[in-house]
Amino acid sequence: MSAASDFVRTFFLTELLRGLKLTGRNLFKRKVTIQYPEERAPQSPRFRGRHALRRYPNGEERCIACKLCEAVCPALAITIESEPRDDGQRRTTRYDIDLFKCIYCGFCEESCPVDSIVETRVFEYHMEEREERVVNKQQLLAFGDEYEKQLAADRAMDAPYR
Amino acid sequence: MAELTEFIWIMAKIVAILVPLILAVAYLTYAERRVIGAIQARNGPNRVGPMGLFQPFADVFKLLFKEVVVPSNANRFLFLIAPMLSLMPALAAWAVMPFSDGLVLSDINAGLLYILAMTSLGVYGVIIAGWASNSKYAMLGAMRSAAQIVSYEIAMGFALVGVLMAAGSMNLSGIVNAQAGPIWNWFWLPLLPLFVVYWISGVAETNRAPFDVAEGESEIVAGFHVEYSGTAFALFFLAEYANMILIAALAVIMFMGGWYSPFHGLPVLGPLFDWVPGIVWFVLKMCIFLYLYLAFRATFPRYRYDQIMRLGWKVLIPVTVVWLVVLAFMIIVGLGPWFN
Repeated sequence: MSAASDFVRTFFLTELLRGLKLTGRNLFKRKVTIQYPEERAPQSPRFRGRHALRRYPNGEERCIACKLCEAVCPALAITIESEPRDDGQRRTTRYDIDLFKCIYCGFCEESCPVDSIVETRVFEYHMEEREERVVNKQQLLAFGDEYEKQLAADRAMDAPYR
Repeated sequence: MAELTEFIWIMAKIVAILVPLILAVAYLTYAERRVIGAIQARNGPNRVGPMGLFQPFADVFKLLFKEVVVPSNANRFLFLIAPMLSLMPALAAWAVMPFSDGLVLSDINAGLLYILAMTSLGVYGVIIAGWASNSKYAMLGAMRSAAQIVSYEIAMGFALVGVLMAAGSMNLSGIVNAQAGPIWNWFWLPLLPLFVVYWISGVAETNRAPFDVAEGESEIVAGFHVEYSGTAFALFFLAEYANMILIAALAVIMFMGGWYSPFHGLPVLGPLFDWVPGIVWFVLKMCIFLYLYLAFRATFPRYRYDQIMRLGWKVLIPVTVVWLVVLAFMIIVGLGPWFN
């Protein structure tokens, strides 16, 4: 009996027609594609993109050269040199991040006791020379100044969970 | 002088058929990517020009400017002539295609025979391409493809014999005229099993999914044209899609009433649609079949090779033979509205 019903089922192509019905229905379903440059996927406030160094509202740089980020960095992408400043405070004289080495794990941000080194939401950037992959302290601070508003807002949003 | 003008006139007719055909091929590739994209909830190409409509041209120019690489131990002459051998019959078959009443380049009486001959010639291009490439994947693909095309040609030929019996003519315009009338007058109804067999073997003839073992991306890379690049590859591509359109056009002529409107001869609806030119109906019906090609590719997984052979020899051919007998009885009895 089952052989006969098997035969009927395959001979009249019923399963194939059901498959066609399914794909035919799918033809009119809503597309899930995000048209990237015009549309964007939502980002988390914890998004880990390109790095920046932040300042306090009075303009003083936050980094105190504790070198925790350098120590925690699994890819050894951060290089820090420090000296006492004229007023006796310890500050970095060099703060380089090699963006090719960096794996964007966010450990530097987590380890920082003063919220100085952070990762911004910026993920679209490029460089045209190999040398440009190393970003220095001035560039990081300038980048932080540019995005300070969003950085502060993101930290505030994440504050209850930290 | 008279001969020269006639020659130019024929050339103009050939161009008038081939240019729209090649454009149709270009936009069939576009439609394929859009339709399969839509079925998979994607967009498909939509960047080049409005809605991606210039995408086929971008593809063509990319292929044309690429280098034709000839493998070092390939037979150079055969390697280069194979794509032309596969494209030529695909285009030549269009010579007898009646697009509308009287709109046909060459109205020969053995039109159906001519088309069967031309579509059979296409397999030479495939075999020669596979052999001349001097590559095991190309060879395997060519062997599979040749065996498949030869097997399914028999089922397809038998299905068309049914059409011959029903129409009593080998002239394609004659076959269409034998179906004059509304949609239930067309041959798809009395020849339904033959119609299904024809369509399945048509898909297999063109090596399209789910019968694309000849190409079999996941098994033998790209089959017989694995060593081809640039313009030579473009010719194979053109031939495959021209063949798809040809099979769809034949299906319309043999089973779906050619250029007749589905309401032809009906009391009220018939005159309502009389102003629509026949070629519009012809193209519309073709589009339905071409959509089926794309839907098949998006729906069905590839048949295993032995299953393809079993389907062709053990299912399709017996079905056609049985239905030919049934059809003979229907014709003798004079079953209306087709055979009275």
